[in-house]
Amino acid sequence: METTLAAQIVYQRPQSLTEAAMHYCPGCTHGIAHRLIAEVMDEMSIRERAIGVAPVGCSVFAYNYFDCDFVEAAHGRAPAMATGIKRLLPDRVVFTYQGDGDLASIGMGEIVHAAGRGENISVFFINNAIYGMTSGQMAPTTLPGQKTTSSPRGRDVETMGYPLRMAELLSNLDGAGYVVRRSLHDPKNIRMAKKAIRLAFETQLRGLGFSMVELLSTCSTNWGLSPLESLKWLEEHMIPYYPIGDFKVAEALKEIKV
Amino acid sequence: MQTEILIAGFGGQGVLFAGQILAYAAMDAGREVTWIPSYGPEMRGGTANCTVIISDEEIGSPLVLNPTAVIALNLPSLEKYEPMVKVGGVLIVNASLVNRPPQRADIESVFIPLNEIAERLGNRRLLNMVAVGALLAKLPVLSLDQIKQALEEHLPERHKKFMEANLLALQEGADFALKEGKIKVQ
Amino acid sequence: MAKELLKGNIAMAEAAIRAGLEGYFGYPITPQTELLEWMAERMPALGRAFLQAESEVAAINMLYGAACTGARVMTSSSSPGISLMMEGISYIAGTEVPVVIIDVVRGGPGLGNIAPSQGDYDQIVHGGGHGDYHPIVLAPASVQEAIDLVVLAFDLAEKYRTIVFVMADGNIGQMMEPAELPPMRPIKSEYPDWAVRGAMGRERRILSSIYIDPKDEEVTNYRLMQVWNQIQANEVRYREYFLDDAEYVVIGFGTAGRIALSAARMARAEGIKVGLLRPITLSPFPAPQIESLVSRVKGILVVEMNAGQMLNDVQKVVKGRVPVEFYGRMGGMVPFPDEILAEMRRMSQEVIPLDGDPRQRWMKRFAPVIHWNN
Repeated sequence: METTLAAQIVYQRPQSLTEAAMHYCPGCTHGIAHRLIAEVMDEMSIRERAIGVAPVGCSVFAYNYFDCDFVEAAHGRAPAMATGIKRLLPDRVVFTYQGDGDLASIGMGEIVHAAGRGENISVFFINNAIYGMTSGQMAPTTLPGQKTTSSPRGRDVETMGYPLRMAELLSNLDGAGYVVRRSLHDPKNIRMAKKAIRLAFETQLRGLGFSMVELLSTCSTNWGLSPLESLKWLEEHMIPYYPIGDFKVAEALKEIKV
Repeated sequence: MQTEILIAGFGGQGVLFAGQILAYAAMDAGREVTWIPSYGPEMRGGTANCTVIISDEEIGSPLVLNPTAVIALNLPSLEKYEPMVKVGGVLIVNASLVNRPPQRADIESVFIPLNEIAERLGNRRLLNMVAVGALLAKLPVLSLDQIKQALEEHLPERHKKFMEANLLALQEGADFALKEGKIKVQ
Repeated sequence: MAKELLKGNIAMAEAAIRAGLEGYFGYPITPQTELLEWMAERMPALGRAFLQAESEVAAINMLYGAACTGARVMTSSSSPGISLMMEGISYIAGTEVPVVIIDVVRGGPGLGNIAPSQGDYDQIVHGGGHGDYHPIVLAPASVQEAIDLVVLAFDLAEKYRTIVFVMADGNIGQMMEPAELPPMRPIKSEYPDWAVRGAMGRERRILSSIYIDPKDEEVTNYRLMQVWNQIQANEVRYREYFLDDAEYVVIGFGTAGRIALSAARMARAEGIKVGLLRPITLSPFPAPQIESLVSRVKGILVVEMNAGQMLNDVQKVVKGRVPVEFYGRMGGMVPFPDEILAEMRRMSQEVIPLDGDPRQRWMKRFAPVIHWNN
């Protein structure tokens, strides 16, 4: 009778992640997003032809964590930089990883036009409704009434305007092949997010145009909540404003099972 | 030895091409040459001008205050550039669009009805070639043969059907200038 | 190859293509738009990348990304567009990737106009973007030189992993002159060992201008300065005219330089011994050549199509040892040779003080000439 059980690996670091310890705050969902992207890169065997573009924001050091070629863009310009790379190297898999300030505020022009051109790049958009790196200022996605250091009495839409729903906005553009919103607040949604990331890369590989996955994320530190409270806050406050859903899915993608 | 030719008129009168054909001919003749247009909002329907400088040495300024010759295809161009022609220089004026006599006695002026001559040749757009013919009759910086050669070499393919007409226009301009000679200043 | 009659903008574009250009990103702006249009026609036909960006900000960042692949890439613009590109230019400098940028300078500040100007000297030569960096700046004065310098720009950019500007002006862009294009070079088949092209069978590479630890950023800055020292030692280019027996020397670059050539000839015809130094590299600046003139000449006249931006660099070399005068036209106005001749005559007749500010003296002389009411 066997006395030892054969060891079976059920969980390990994806090859597409380096061994560097992440600098993100405890409870931050950036780590989850990174891991999901890396897992998909492994599964699709695209690590060696992937080129990432890091943003300015909390994920400015994303290039330290992905084990693939990477460049670091100026604030908001990742889609332009990704465009330059993709146009020179059309057979590489080019992706940007951007936060809400980077993508929806200073980089609005670049993201809209990349989508409008149907640029064959994949964009992973972390929406946590706040500026993380500069420690808690209002973002273009900050919710009405939400308190930040630059909206200390809550976002007053009369003077500070309304939050931007980027997935909905970009999905209206003809160049968009795949634009969806997912959330990272619980395992079920995380699994859905991973599938979406897969489909975004599939969109690119098939030349179906611009792809973006908006990932609703938490920022415990700047929200002033515990990690657990943050996940709850995301679910209760962000999802009603930013519904999870598929806003644009190219016909050719609908047959793909992932 | 440097010769400067300024050609001015309305947009659509073939100002720029007249300058270019001089530049092509000069280049083919192995001379140094610079062609420079006025450019900008005035290009759209307003006045256009270009300067061609032909020289035997490296050309300095692409623009000169007092050109050796001026072709003025309309009245505003005449008003602006007649005073600028270098003493002893040449002025070719489109008499079809100008109803005043020349004002300078220290230059050689040819008043030539370019529109009428071009129309008589069957195409008003030939007026620039008539003007170039007249100019070279008075300012032999290039020969008519060199211009003809340049037209054959450099006229865009789609315009080659106008070749004969262009050559005729050059000759008509030259003949007129030689026949009329110097116009007396009133 | 035989000479062709070529327009400056198109000649520069075609020269870049023949130098092995793989990617062009730009935004329309007068007076350089023909350059972009030529690229739009030619690049896709050759199977190379061309993209009209949504703005100069996007164009420079597309260029930045494309440069990270190690390919030969360029953009072109005119002054207000270059201002907008300054962010990306600083990032490119900080990342040490080679790019070529053509600036067909127009009148400013602000929207200004589309006439020829040299008002971008300071913003290109002395920065514009943040941080310590020194691009190479080449200033052509003719269509042929524009072609030659565009080709050289790519070689220098790659040799030093730096930004190379070709600073032309509306005149150079719009004029036609006989010129010879270089033969078509093949696209490069090997890419440098820093290029980001996918980590196929090798360690990943990262290209970034971020050095979060100031100690590392200081090391990077020091390295950039070392490269700059090499550039200064090896890459100064200029052209001299009639300097052997010159008593006075005019210093002017680009279009102003060639206008000064006409003026110098006119002055010589009057018996005034004038020579011309025409800097071809504005950065690195031909300081040693100017230094060598200081002990030989009675006076220096700086001519520019701006309010004396290069003048500052000349004065820094001359240090008050020989009289310096300045003559400039601004805002898109282009001087005639006669204006420069008048300055030369005056210099040869008057006693020019060693001290005082040449710009202030010029403003006083210039005030009555300016078209105040028109």
